[in-house]
Amino acid sequence: MADDPILSIEGLSKSFGALRASDNLNLDVTEGELHAVIGPNGAGKTTMIAQVCGQLASDLGKITFAGRNITHTPQQKRPGLGLVRSFQITSIFREYTALENVSMAVQLGAGHSFRFFASAQGDPLLREPALACLDQVGLLAQADTEANALSHGQQRRLELAMALARHPKLLVLDEPMAGMGAEETNDVIALLQGLKGKISMLLVEHDMDAVFALADRISVLVYGQVIASGDPDVIRNDERVKEAYLGASEVGDA
Amino acid sequence: MFLLLEQILNGLQLGVFLFLIAAGLTLIFGIMGVINLAHGSLFMIGAYAAAVSTQWSGSFLIGILGAVVVAGLVGMAMELVIMRRLYNRDHLDQVLATFGLILFANELLTIIFGRTPLFLDVPPFLNGSAEILPGIDYPVYRLTIIAVGCAVAALLYFVITRTRAGMLIRAGSTNRDMVAVLGVDIGLMFTLLFGLGAVFAGLAGAMAGPLVSVEVGMGEQQLILAFVVVVIGGIGSVRGALVGAILVGVVDTLGRAFLTDFLKLFMDTASADGIGAGLSSMSIYILMAAILIARPNGLFPVAAQRH
Amino acid sequence: MSKHHLLALSALAVSIALPFVLIAAGQEYLIGLLTRIAIYGLAALSLNFILGYGGMVSFGHAAYFGVGAYVVGIMSFHAFQNSTIFGLSGSDAALFTWPLAVVVSALAALVLGYLSLRTSGVFFIMITLAFAQMLYFLFVSMERYGGDDGVIMYNGRSFVPGLDLSNDLTFYFVCLVVLVLFMALFSAVVRSRFGAVLKACKQNEARMLALGCDVRRYKLVAFVIAGAVAGLAGVLNANLTEFVSPDYLHWTKSGDLMIMVVLGGMGTIPGPVIGAGVFLALEEFLPAIMESMALAQYKEHWRIVFGPLLIIVVLFARGGIHGLMFRGQSNGR
Repeated sequence: MADDPILSIEGLSKSFGALRASDNLNLDVTEGELHAVIGPNGAGKTTMIAQVCGQLASDLGKITFAGRNITHTPQQKRPGLGLVRSFQITSIFREYTALENVSMAVQLGAGHSFRFFASAQGDPLLREPALACLDQVGLLAQADTEANALSHGQQRRLELAMALARHPKLLVLDEPMAGMGAEETNDVIALLQGLKGKISMLLVEHDMDAVFALADRISVLVYGQVIASGDPDVIRNDERVKEAYLGASEVGDA
Repeated sequence: MFLLLEQILNGLQLGVFLFLIAAGLTLIFGIMGVINLAHGSLFMIGAYAAAVSTQWSGSFLIGILGAVVVAGLVGMAMELVIMRRLYNRDHLDQVLATFGLILFANELLTIIFGRTPLFLDVPPFLNGSAEILPGIDYPVYRLTIIAVGCAVAALLYFVITRTRAGMLIRAGSTNRDMVAVLGVDIGLMFTLLFGLGAVFAGLAGAMAGPLVSVEVGMGEQQLILAFVVVVIGGIGSVRGALVGAILVGVVDTLGRAFLTDFLKLFMDTASADGIGAGLSSMSIYILMAAILIARPNGLFPVAAQRH
Repeated sequence: MSKHHLLALSALAVSIALPFVLIAAGQEYLIGLLTRIAIYGLAALSLNFILGYGGMVSFGHAAYFGVGAYVVGIMSFHAFQNSTIFGLSGSDAALFTWPLAVVVSALAALVLGYLSLRTSGVFFIMITLAFAQMLYFLFVSMERYGGDDGVIMYNGRSFVPGLDLSNDLTFYFVCLVVLVLFMALFSAVVRSRFGAVLKACKQNEARMLALGCDVRRYKLVAFVIAGAVAGLAGVLNANLTEFVSPDYLHWTKSGDLMIMVVLGGMGTIPGPVIGAGVFLALEEFLPAIMESMALAQYKEHWRIVFGPLLIIVVLFARGGIHGLMFRGQSNGR
């Protein structure tokens, strides 16, 4: 864990009018680590992800990814560097089949798409890696199902498969378990467990079971600032966290 | 110098027409999320209604009243019958359906009034000129238009910032559901708002009547100019519509008046005439492009997240 | 062979046979209508590429149609006058003026598309409309080329070695070949990697950005392709009528093209061509139909029927004619 961090966020700030969504925020993710960020609603988690992924420009601060200052890199250039995200609200191509969804992600990782005449459908260069990703998330059987017709849990996993298809060095996961049942949540936990160590991950999640089962390190975000950071045991017993985040009740004991 | 002042006033007066049309457009888009091409038809309907009711009554004031009432009613009918089916549709459907409305309105008026334009006279009590500065005369009627425009702008400003209705309008443009929670009949509010936009467009049409010929298709050029205004000002912003309208009115008028002469300072008459004519007809679009490059969301972007 | 292929082949056979049937029936004048359908079909096809597949609601597509037409018209004007433009002497040679027209249309689309694509949604609609209007007024202001009245091509249609375009039948087949060629090209492109990107941008632009796609660049390339092909359609129309005027760029023309696309079926290859056929046939025959329904005094006002018809199609038949024909099979929208 002493390696250089793959992602480091220094002094990041973003205001919307009077609201400080991120306020001098500092955070890093080391190589191979799964760093979870928790915090009450409105703590600025989604804003932080938007800033890290370049969807929102920051007012102040610096983001370094894999040794490179990416503070001003446009969002569409970041996946090519290995910084890939998933969305809290499922964001997929609804008229495409599951396979086509993932193929698109593979295609975008395979150089430019100014290829006008050869058919993309059935192109083994796209199809094979895409099927592999679908297999990884357990959606192989649904490859030819239109994304719209998938269940919520399947769509969430498709979302993940698309991110994986871009071969991330760092995967930024915005509530991957949102709206899932217990069984589905366990499937995703198992899936992320399998990825741990191979891919660094920044995980924002409300499901405390998942967070405490997966995280190497947890940071607590309140009002756009990290108020505590450490391994799960430390966070579980941190008084400030209990106070700010869960009132007086026990953290992560459920 | 006199000429310059006169042209600036002409530009302001064009700006007033554009503001009256653009204000309705931008409000309707900002709050209901609908793009309405037939808004220009309401301008035309206002002009026709003014011409007919002036002829019938002999009074221009009644003509104005007729225009405002007819345009308002037509606007509300339009909302009730067609527009409200389009709120949840994509913009393409809105464009096509309201394009169909234009075809219908144009053809209907052609059938009723024929292809010969109608003419409206400047009312006698506004005829003549006033000396605005020593030695500079300017038509009273045009001054009146500018005054009416200022009055409407002030009224709108007051309504939007100071009244409960305005608060609902502002709230509605950022959060439709919230307004519904407040127990306001959204359907009724939209119908009335649409009517208000129509009233402004109709008023503009009526006032334009004595200055241009009242004919089918007269609203469409105004509509496209109003689009330019809205793009410059920022969609949904009444303040933006005002600033944009004045900017477009003045730039267009000054360009047409002076650009050719200006170019003659640098080149021979023939090329200056040719290039001047081309450039001045493009000036406002070039203005729009320049603003777009600097501020893609217009001068006064509204924070509402809607596409 | 699928139902689609069979239908496409029969449609092609009919398009080839129809002019001969018309000649045999003494209705040669309708060959002009067929030619117009092929030309507007091509223009609508190009609009559909960005509208139906790319989700870009361009309300200024007639601008590129007009620019292409004007290039041919202006070159013909200078050839007739024996004068030059930008040091270039006029020409009637199709092999020179047609590609030139396509290139100029593409350049116009590049500049205006670059500016317009900085925005999206309703902004994009308004801006494409406004820029098209700008070009309209530019041509209106060109006194040398007739201003409002436009340019007549006194030398007639363009010259192609070995083909007599002044023959209406020959010209029809030239237009048909061009149309079929571009239908085939576009149907390949929408299945290609580029097409996949375009369709994905329409479905979910935010996702494309997050996946690392430079969305605007792809959209701009599509916009330029569409502009170039619309320019070619304009070239053909200028040759058909031997006349070019600002009417080519009138904003209602952009609206008409959009109607053709939606009427026929967005996001399909045959849709826009079907739409162009139905639209132009209605324009041609609706007056006569109204006459036969004892509405003769209104026959020149066929739009009073067409307007509401359009509203009804928008409100109730969203898949267009293609959607009705292949209900349940089409991908929908």
